[in-house]
Amino acid sequence: MFDVITYPDPRLKQVATPVNVFDDALRAFVRDLEQTMRGGPPSVGIAAPQVGSTQRIAIVDVSSRPKTRSHGRLVLINPVITRRDGDVIGREGCLSLPDFTGNVMRAERIEVAAFDENGDRNTYVFEEFEARAVQHEIDHLDGLLFLDRLVSRRNDLFRRKVYK
Amino acid sequence: MKQWFMLTVVGTDRPGIVARITTRLFDNGGNLGEASMARLGGNFTIMLMVQYDGDTAALQRLLAPLSAELGLHFHIDEIEGRLHEHIVPDVRISVYGADRAGIVAQVTSALAAAGFNILDLESDVAGTERKPVYVMHIEGCATRGIEALTQAVADFARDGLDIRLTSIDTLMG
Repeated sequence: MFDVITYPDPRLKQVATPVNVFDDALRAFVRDLEQTMRGGPPSVGIAAPQVGSTQRIAIVDVSSRPKTRSHGRLVLINPVITRRDGDVIGREGCLSLPDFTGNVMRAERIEVAAFDENGDRNTYVFEEFEARAVQHEIDHLDGLLFLDRLVSRRNDLFRRKVYK
Repeated sequence: MKQWFMLTVVGTDRPGIVARITTRLFDNGGNLGEASMARLGGNFTIMLMVQYDGDTAALQRLLAPLSAELGLHFHIDEIEGRLHEHIVPDVRISVYGADRAGIVAQVTSALAAAGFNILDLESDVAGTERKPVYVMHIEGCATRGIEALTQAVADFARDGLDIRLTSIDTLMG
């Protein structure tokens, strides 16, 4: 288990670097990162920068949520969003910023290419809540917190789906 | 020891009020907590948590010159400043319709009876003087579930009120 670092730790604002070597050390790190996510306060994802690492690694698992489309446990290494569709506002919080939640606009559907911890490249289509979780975690790899994307609460109609 | 106060300020709106009040507090050892400012019907209003080393009377004296100069009313209450204990709302309710007296009383009474705890409420009177429209947004916790709330407000549609309930699924990542 790692400690989750919290804002204003400057490491949360750094752009993480791609993983080049898919070895046992990487797999051990992924295991520890996953344990950190599952052993801490309830969350649906974690990114390496949240434990002070500068590697482009995120883990997402929304399968514990009822009525939520899910790919189950996902290890996303060097993830790239290759397509975005639709915009939707939703409420987010972050382990790295306790006691604050806010509205964030995210793509409703995304296509992502990423490696897993064995170095296999996979492509995914994520929708709705899972898509939001993946975007939140990939933002961490680019040094972005949901605070950087807040939209106003006041007068926000909070439509589930806002199409361009 | 520094005590927390809730400072409520009401007055005619003009540019610079927040800057003047907060600078006066800061220059005299004050520290701010959470705040909410709104312009309601053209009036400046703010509620501001202030941590200050003194009593209510001392804080009142500190702000008195601004009251006179800017025509502001200050109200000060000693409070417990419990920070870092936000309750996360699970339902957002949007209400709008032709304005009439009683919308807030009737809707919030129905919601309260169905187990709703309001955490945040904002409302505006939109439209025109001849055709005012009431718009209200509420967030809070549905202690008996969102379905109970949906049933509780179902009848208002017949009175011409549009009420939409949206569950807030907060993503923690």
